[in-house]
Amino acid sequence: MTTPPPIAMLAELTHRCPLSCPYCSNPVALHGKETELATETWADAFVQAADLGVLQLHLSGGEPASRPDLVDLTRAAHEAGLYTNLITSGIGLTPKRLDALEAAGLDHIQLSLQGTTPELADRIGGYKGGFERKMMVAEEIRKRGLPLTLNAVMHRHNLDDLDRTIDMAVELGARRLEVACVQFHGWATLNRAALLPTREQTEATKRKVAEAEARLRGTLAFDFVPPDYYADYPKACMGGWGTAGLNISPDGKVLPCHAAETIPHLTFDNIRDTPLRDIWYDSPAFNAYRGTDFLPDTCQSCDRVEVDFGGCRCQALAIAGDAAATDPVCRRSPDHGRVDRLLSEAMAEADSATFTYRVIPRP
Amino acid sequence: MSLALAPTDRPRLPRGVRLAQDRVRGGMVLLAPEKAIALDAIGEAILTRVTGDATFAEIVSDLADTYSAPRDQIESDVQAFLQSLRARVFLTVVK
Ligand code: SF4
Ligand code: SF4
Repeated sequence: MTTPPPIAMLAELTHRCPLSCPYCSNPVALHGKETELATETWADAFVQAADLGVLQLHLSGGEPASRPDLVDLTRAAHEAGLYTNLITSGIGLTPKRLDALEAAGLDHIQLSLQGTTPELADRIGGYKGGFERKMMVAEEIRKRGLPLTLNAVMHRHNLDDLDRTIDMAVELGARRLEVACVQFHGWATLNRAALLPTREQTEATKRKVAEAEARLRGTLAFDFVPPDYYADYPKACMGGWGTAGLNISPDGKVLPCHAAETIPHLTFDNIRDTPLRDIWYDSPAFNAYRGTDFLPDTCQSCDRVEVDFGGCRCQALAIAGDAAATDPVCRRSPDHGRVDRLLSEAMAEADSATFTYRVIPRP
Repeated sequence: MSLALAPTDRPRLPRGVRLAQDRVRGGMVLLAPEKAIALDAIGEAILTRVTGDATFAEIVSDLADTYSAPRDQIESDVQAFLQSLRARVFLTVVK
């Protein structure tokens, strides 16, 4: 297989965030401020990414607005010719800062939504007053006509509010709504029992999304990420390992996906030391699970192997104990029973489960 | 809402959706929120005519003339392509 150039890059500018969502996809071992890359290192990484073929850049975190140089970074990305998307909770985006981001060439904002009411949203995000500030930011975005996607992270505690979530997306002038059911990586794995939706909620969600999608076609586009554990087949994680996208963590490690550091036998090169092109094409970590040759017979002999590439490597490791195994979410995986067990354990504990909130790193 | 374009509709790319040269892979891409679509020659011919000023009928006529192709065929191709973009809100319409 010849390796194609990457299309998208996720720049995790910082792990710092005023919120502490219990499903945060950041690793459980968070990096502190003192390890973060300098402005110039990021700016240079953006130029390297564009030269390599990256078209879309996602400025993410943590909360990217926690970086004082966010406007400079946005300008650098824009000048490198990248389509620049800001993935944010909105906290830290003042009207003045939004003006500056707009002037710096920001193309699009993806605003996260923790819940549809202040009570729920602030409880999930663990940040009092967060919902109200987010709504003010959303209004400022709408006034400016900045293209907006609302990213509603959904789980047991807010899936029943889906109708209201959809209405809010329309009211806020979003063009796109991501109904993203929590994926169990990072902090979410510590909160399975508290977050896993029920099968009934999952079925209702699928119906509601399909209905709203048809009703709002041309007004609001949907992207639906169903909960993994109830699916028959896994997702094509990252569009295939080392195939479409890459991540840079706050301290400069270049990763095939944001959870890749959970695979302990892989070593990841750092953008401070190694050119991005060499990392993408030649590093052992990026080549480890490229293509489908490494997969077991279950996948090799399956008609879906070019559809999902055997699913997620991090999930295979976390649940089956082998990063090269068939993603256990798959009904055809010999380890699928473990997913069913996780589900029934989570359901048994659900009512008494409390959140383990993400802890903010303090240097 | 119906996604079909009327002859007098003026399609346009909304803010946050734009055409760009893909200098690594060659050809043109349509860049949109969290999506990049590689365009073939037909897609490129259509979208470079989507200016916000030209009506749907004018775009179809221009393409039919340029490529000396039957107008009906062109019209249904353009209609299908623009509707698919409109469904994702990658394209809007000025009446
Ligand atoms: S998921 Fe929550 S805690 Fe994690 S970065 Fe996003 S807003 Fe912050
Ligand atoms: S067996 Fe492998 S290739 Fe087939 S659906 Fe399951 S994960 Fe995908």
